[in-house]
Amino acid sequence: MNFEFSEEQNLLREQARGFLADNCSMKVVRQALESDSPFDADLWRKVAEMGWTATVIPEEFDGLGLSYLELSVIADELGRAVAPLPFSSSVYLATEALLAYGSPEQKQNLLPRLASGEIIGTFAMAEVKGEGAINTTGTDKISGTKLAVPDADIANICVVVVKSDQGDGASLCLVDLDQAEVSKEVVYTLDPSRSHANLTFNSASAELLGKEGEGNAAVENLFNRAAVLFAWEQTGGADTALEMAKEYALGRYAFGRPIASYQAIKHKLAHMYVNNTLARSNCYYGAWALNTNAPELPLAAATARVSAIQAYYYAGKENIQTHGGMGFTWEFDCQFMYRRSQLLAATLGGEAKWQEKLVTALETQAAA
Amino acid sequence: MDFSDSAEEAKFRAEAAEWLQANAPTDDEIKGLDEMAQAKLWQKRKVDAGWACIRWPKEYGGRGATAIEQVILNDEQSKVKSPSTQFFSIGQGMAAPTLMTWATEEQKRRYLPKLASGEEIWCQLFSEPAGGSDLAALRTRAVKDGDDWVINGQKIWTSGAHYSDWGILVVRTDPDVPKHQGLTYFFVNMHSPGVEIKPIKQLSSASNFNEVYFTDVRIPDEQRLGAVGQGWQVALTTLMNERASIGGTRSAGQAQSLLKLAATLEIDGEPASKNKAVRSRVADWYAKEAGLRFTGYRSMTAMSRGEVPGPENSIGKLVAAPMAQDLASFALELQAQAGVIYTPLDESFDNMFQHNYMNIPGGRIAGGTDEIMANIIAERVLGLPQEPRVDKGIPFSDVPTSGGKS
Ligand SMILES: Cc1cc2nc3c(=O)[nH]c(=O)nc-3n(C[C@H](O)[C@H](O)[C@H](O)COP(=O)(O)OP(=O)(O)OC[C@H]3O[C@@H](n4cnc5c(N)ncnc54)[C@H](O)[C@@H]3O)c2cc1C
Repeated sequence: MNFEFSEEQNLLREQARGFLADNCSMKVVRQALESDSPFDADLWRKVAEMGWTATVIPEEFDGLGLSYLELSVIADELGRAVAPLPFSSSVYLATEALLAYGSPEQKQNLLPRLASGEIIGTFAMAEVKGEGAINTTGTDKISGTKLAVPDADIANICVVVVKSDQGDGASLCLVDLDQAEVSKEVVYTLDPSRSHANLTFNSASAELLGKEGEGNAAVENLFNRAAVLFAWEQTGGADTALEMAKEYALGRYAFGRPIASYQAIKHKLAHMYVNNTLARSNCYYGAWALNTNAPELPLAAATARVSAIQAYYYAGKENIQTHGGMGFTWEFDCQFMYRRSQLLAATLGGEAKWQEKLVTALETQAAA
Repeated sequence: MDFSDSAEEAKFRAEAAEWLQANAPTDDEIKGLDEMAQAKLWQKRKVDAGWACIRWPKEYGGRGATAIEQVILNDEQSKVKSPSTQFFSIGQGMAAPTLMTWATEEQKRRYLPKLASGEEIWCQLFSEPAGGSDLAALRTRAVKDGDDWVINGQKIWTSGAHYSDWGILVVRTDPDVPKHQGLTYFFVNMHSPGVEIKPIKQLSSASNFNEVYFTDVRIPDEQRLGAVGQGWQVALTTLMNERASIGGTRSAGQAQSLLKLAATLEIDGEPASKNKAVRSRVADWYAKEAGLRFTGYRSMTAMSRGEVPGPENSIGKLVAAPMAQDLASFALELQAQAGVIYTPLDESFDNMFQHNYMNIPGGRIAGGTDEIMANIIAERVLGLPQEPRVDKGIPFSDVPTSGGKS
């Protein structure tokens, strides 16, 4: 057993952290939040130049052919930087969908361009509040509306979940967003450092991704895989919130001493540390399961996801609390993690959904 | 990152499993023996074959095994029905590492093999009425007399004192210096004249811990570990190992046990295991247990690479104990009225959550309370400052205490 990253992977981490410190400071996050432009194209180009978007794409499609362990390291660091990038949409969802279900032509056509960052992909499912039925229909011409799709106004392609009267009741379609039959309506969200748009398809040209009527199974699989990578981002972000709370508590004085010396604050921070450590360790297991395609993936993914949602939420809100009034200002950076934690929890479905998946996986395992 | 056994590890696992299955005492062998006799029989058999205290050096009773091999052995041990060897855990988990760090070579060769084999049992004489969390506030006195030290005072909460042969002991040798500087560390023969042991009944009805009174008990100076006045530093060696050993073990598999129990019970006419509120709690608790387990694996990996494990391990007890308490309480409520039926001292599945419910309050206190563990994480891991203290830098005799001045 070896439950750590390799030396090369740790080097990659150092390199990533250095790169993000230089290119994606909290100032950059703030610019993304405050500016009218939907995203930081310059930062995206640099990240793509580092090869991050190409990490797990095989070399035959101009990728780096690295493993999910390397991608986990990058996810952790992007989360830590609260990077305002469409990385999760394009890499953990759209690229993964193509890798898993793309035809040879679809892969040949799109993967090299996703690898180079030339195009951005995203994933669209929700149509109503909550999990309600999918009403977008069609396979080569699709019609319907998808709500608050992350990064949709900057993405070039989208994997769309459509209703099917076959198989499990859904299919995946691949849609080129740069066509007149797709309209994008930008929506303001809890986390404007990542842009979102409602997508309406008016008989938009599309093609099946994978088999018709196997969409729900595909979503299940894709979400399990993405959950591990999301969990890394969440855990990275939770660590940043803890770090920020700690720095502030050490410097802020009340009643003649640093607030960091009061037990109520110390214990709050200790609990953040505990949550973050549990989540991180579960992410290790998730990364292993993802990387080896282990049968434990559904359980490992749900475990990582549940603890990461909880850790990021707690660290995000209690970091604000630790800052007192300053924490509630626009001027302070605490808001970034508070916003992002909610965004990352919403995409892929929240805590209750993953708790249920966890227990179902436990039961499946016990029955096996 | 690789979760499966290496070829060498797989070989070790197979050997361990085979030996354990072939050698675990049969029902016939242990029939009529009390728990202690069963434990001693099993422990001796293990040490003779090289399957006890495997990480210790060979000359002290072990086999110089790696941390990972220890995990594998624990794993295989948990699959085999065999007598509990909990009586030896304080000695092997806390006294032994302290002896290894601070005792002379001759002492190590004399005491460690008997600790490993279970022939001699050790207890920990640290806490006193005046100081548990604030251990350094202890008052039991040692005064030098020729080549001996003469001990007077009282210890409390001493687990297993009533069946122990030896004890590790921290006492005050100088009350006129600041409190941490006036302590000295010894080991003491529990059968010495002047040692008196009185059981304390716990709220669980069991009596695992005791008061231990010392009246003019003589300890030879050779049984001192570390220098006179260095007792606090030596005690820290013990405490670090205590937290590691307590943290790692507690409450594995509890969430799954709860799910298993819930499948046998009903809420609103359907199995409680299908109830969403139940499932939500099971998920949270499973995620915590898994997080602890994998945190342990990360430390093991660090150790097997020759690195000092990070501070992650300090979270073990703080997570596991309160969680086990909440989980037990929840499991009892699921059983509704029948959940109140309790058989003291019975650890079978039927009574497991009752047993846990009545014992976990002690788990949240023993070996550092939840609050003290949170302080440790805040201070040693996160580097936050201590609270201002009124006992710093003044002679122990001037420190205010629960009973007035020391
Ligand atoms: C089952 C069991 C077995 C034990 N076995 C042994 C043994 O074998 N050998 C041995 O030496 N001892 C043993 N102990 C004693 C144990 O180490 C102490 O009980 C423990 O350290 C707490 O000390 P105390 O009981 O004096 O409580 P106190 O220290 O008086 O604590 C009372 C409360 O005050 C809180 N508190 C105290 N200081 C602080 C602080 N600085 N900040 C915040 N809160 C604080 C505590 O968290 C607790 O909630 C055992 C205890 C139990 C319950």
